[in-house]
Amino acid sequence: MHRYFKPVVFLACLAPVGRLVWLGLHSGLGANPIEFITHSTGDWTLTFLLVTLSISPLRRLTRQYWLISFRRMLGLFAFFYGCLHLMTWVWLDKFFDVHEMLHDVAKRRFITAGMTAFALMIPLALTSTKWAIRKLGRRWQPLHRLIYFSAAAGVIHYIWLVKADLKKPLEYAVVLGILLSYRAVTWVIGRQARATRVREQEGRAFVR
Amino acid sequence: MLIKKAADIRSSEITPKSLYLNRRKFLANAALAGAAAAMGVGVKEVISPSTTAFAGNKIEGLKKSPFSTSETVTPYKDVTHYNNYYEFGTEKTDPAEEAKDFRPRPWTVKIDGLVEKKQDLDIDSIIKMAPAEERIYRHRCVEAWSIVVPWIGFSLSELIKRVNPTSKAQYIEFTTLLDPARMPGQRRQVLDWPYKEGLRMDEAMNPLALLCFGMYGEELPNQDGAPLRIVLPWKYGFKSAKAIVRIHFTDKQPLNTWNVMAPNEYGFYANVNPNVDHPRWSQAKERRLGEFFKRPTLMFNAYGDQVASMYNGMDLKKNY
Repeated sequence: MHRYFKPVVFLACLAPVGRLVWLGLHSGLGANPIEFITHSTGDWTLTFLLVTLSISPLRRLTRQYWLISFRRMLGLFAFFYGCLHLMTWVWLDKFFDVHEMLHDVAKRRFITAGMTAFALMIPLALTSTKWAIRKLGRRWQPLHRLIYFSAAAGVIHYIWLVKADLKKPLEYAVVLGILLSYRAVTWVIGRQARATRVREQEGRAFVR
Repeated sequence: MLIKKAADIRSSEITPKSLYLNRRKFLANAALAGAAAAMGVGVKEVISPSTTAFAGNKIEGLKKSPFSTSETVTPYKDVTHYNNYYEFGTEKTDPAEEAKDFRPRPWTVKIDGLVEKKQDLDIDSIIKMAPAEERIYRHRCVEAWSIVVPWIGFSLSELIKRVNPTSKAQYIEFTTLLDPARMPGQRRQVLDWPYKEGLRMDEAMNPLALLCFGMYGEELPNQDGAPLRIVLPWKYGFKSAKAIVRIHFTDKQPLNTWNVMAPNEYGFYANVNPNVDHPRWSQAKERRLGEFFKRPTLMFNAYGDQVASMYNGMDLKKNY
């Protein structure tokens, strides 16, 4: 069943960019279309990062193990919207002025954070193929934990850029906080369980 | 001057069609048009009708002003649907929606402090104080976008002269209405309500400083600061306080809301200055709404001839 489901999800993930094109053709992007596109693609990058991060917990909590087959696609969509977001800035905001962009990356901390978030996604996208997964073996998973830092940098980027109203960036921060604490908690529990197991084995060995 | 009920011509019809069409040209330049062509979708040539509830009351008998620019006026729809007016929400599109039912009448403005004629002035008596002028000003937001607006009003000095400030009065402070029931944005402490702004007395007396109650030939729409605001075209937009209920004369430099909120980002003077960056973004360029490419920002928003002398000898990097 999931095989037919995948194209549907793929198209749904394209809906935000389709919406932008549609609005663009119907004067729907408001008074400042470039700002609209920048905000929209930025929002969707963060959303896809958080959705990607929620797959593992969701999978374990609901025991719907097939969910894992969507994780790569969702992660790549985060990268896709991140690329659009960056391109909007490079092209429509800075008009490829390299000097000005470097200046901004160095001087404006919210741009430094945004760039960090994007840069951290690049190795993940590059190593998302089956071949790379096989090749990297056990090193693949630790590498892909970079997504935690990418998402955190993305949220910080948003927090640092707003003028006064922190409501929206803090909503992202709360969701990210929940997703990361879930991992911290399961890690701690897992470690304790392992330790108990080891102790039990040692105990048994002693009795024997 | 005569204020008539609106009837026949709406501002959307006054705004030249060419301006709306410019937007289309602008979009055609963008990547989206390419995508459209690839998909075989033609750009719709129908101009979307404006859905705004207009402020309505036309203001007639307007004097022209020598301070007006001949630059292309920004479409009415943009100036009424892209607003920084946190009393009605923090999104640019919020005020058009949230201010729809705001009633800017009855309205009195308290004149107090170091002034001989302390009084409560009714808005309609203020409007009649001096002949109304149309002033087409450039308006530069601290966020690096700009618009050109045909404001209606008269010099703030006209009011100040009539209330006789004492010789001790060196500053003037404006307070926006505080009423969370009518201004839903005030139900959250995003800013330290009520919004306050201030000017040095010589700035307030500068003929460019406009006491404003209309735009585009009509009374001010709610989302643009009805019924009374100031407009200071050489300063960033946040200096131009909206929905004013109190004008206070004082001998101390007033606190202004954004300065209190983030002192390293928003100063008291807030003169448009391409050489002094906002800590988080450059002020060297701006995007004029409706234009694809950014344009350079000019010192004092190109009003230097009228205002530069007021800041002689001041370090504008320190007094930003």
